[in-house]
Amino acid sequence: MGLTELSVQASATQQPAAQLRYSRWLDVGTRVGFITLVASFAAYMSGWLDPHVPLEQLPELWNQPAYRYLERIGIDAGWGWAALVHRIDLGNLVGIALLAGCSLPPLLAVIPLYLRQRERVLAAICALQVAVVLLAASGVLTAGH
Amino acid sequence: MIASTGSSRLREPGLLLVLVLVLVSGLVLALPAQAMVTAGAGAAVAWWLWPLALFVACFLIGIVAVPAGIGGGTLFVPLIGGFFPFHLDFVRGAGLLVALASALAAAPVLLRSGLASLRLALPLALLASASSIGGALLGLALPAAAVQTALGVIVLGIVALMLSSRKSEFPQVQRADRLSAALHMNGVFVDGASGRQVDWQVHRTPLGLLLFLLIGVMAGMFGIGAGWANVPALNLLMGAPLKISAGTSGLVLSLVDSSAAWVYLNRGAVLPMIAVPSVIGMMLGARIGARLLGVLKGSVIRRMVIALLLFAGVRALLKGTGLWV
Repeated sequence: MGLTELSVQASATQQPAAQLRYSRWLDVGTRVGFITLVASFAAYMSGWLDPHVPLEQLPELWNQPAYRYLERIGIDAGWGWAALVHRIDLGNLVGIALLAGCSLPPLLAVIPLYLRQRERVLAAICALQVAVVLLAASGVLTAGH
Repeated sequence: MIASTGSSRLREPGLLLVLVLVLVSGLVLALPAQAMVTAGAGAAVAWWLWPLALFVACFLIGIVAVPAGIGGGTLFVPLIGGFFPFHLDFVRGAGLLVALASALAAAPVLLRSGLASLRLALPLALLASASSIGGALLGLALPAAAVQTALGVIVLGIVALMLSSRKSEFPQVQRADRLSAALHMNGVFVDGASGRQVDWQVHRTPLGLLLFLLIGVMAGMFGIGAGWANVPALNLLMGAPLKISAGTSGLVLSLVDSSAAWVYLNRGAVLPMIAVPSVIGMMLGARIGARLLGVLKGSVIRRMVIALLLFAGVRALLKGTGLWV
């Protein structure tokens, strides 16, 4: 059973307050991420803004391992791309980062609710989940080749 | 009688559509292979051909994935990795984003309706997220051929799982285990098909947590999403109703793939020209697939998808071992 199929069948029932708050915040974050992604890709395709890597050079790069791609375009691993978001190809990564990070606000938003309900373990799990995503996002984790 | 005629009327266009989809899929997959041969012969291939073919392929995958009852990410990595000229790092990065985008788009509706449970998802997602980071780092550190070979084995395992797995609509859980009781991993939802209210609880939580630890590693390493593993683990092992399992699996995926996606993003393995057409194509295709649910015969599509996965799994295995490069 796929997610889209299930969404079609969904019917509204009363759910716990934390679940509803999480849902609202996630909905907003996801919409912002999608809109940013589609708008920046449209700008990329239209040629209004200069990319860091010319489009016609992409076929020479997309068959290379990721580390070699970074070497060839002269960007450091981690958040090196963030300094070049004015280049529209790398600007597209903002939408992707928003999608990859849009679970953080809902997780933070339900912690006070769980604490108020004396659900300390669930609050701690949410805090740990935030820490895990932040660790992944921090760029401090590296792996060699 | 009238109903039967109506049904057969619906089935014929449905089968015709399946046939068209198979033919177009074949053409789209053959296009890059043909272009590679042409490129090898020295002719230049327009760069935009690949993203365009990728968009069409993802649109078609999105259409068939919904009635087949699997996540588009499961089909994406072996098919695109096997037949397009992109390095597996970028394919896995895009695959993770495809799975993440699908999960994020569905999660709010599923949470509001009670078909996904936040309480059930959070402990499982925490372990799977942490291990997905390890899986992603491992996948990016290993040689592509090794990952491709392992991917082939995993995809063939998914085929075996799809062919053999049972499903239990409403598993009987006599007593919740101590951990799930302490975390209140239970709930209630209204089943859309029967209209009845269903109370549910889970058991074997420690074993479930262990399994999700392994699922996280695979999700991060291969970028194929993990609904194919999440749903049986929640439904058959932990005893959650099938619809709760499918909905909660999506919520778990939205957290697990977030962590892994950051690793891929920070390691340069997310190329917008590959990732964005994939995400948009898959999302559009899934919308069409959802609308065609009543027209297409799910079992026929499922068999077709299994055959496609079998082919993609063998291709990945042969490509990884260097027998069919």
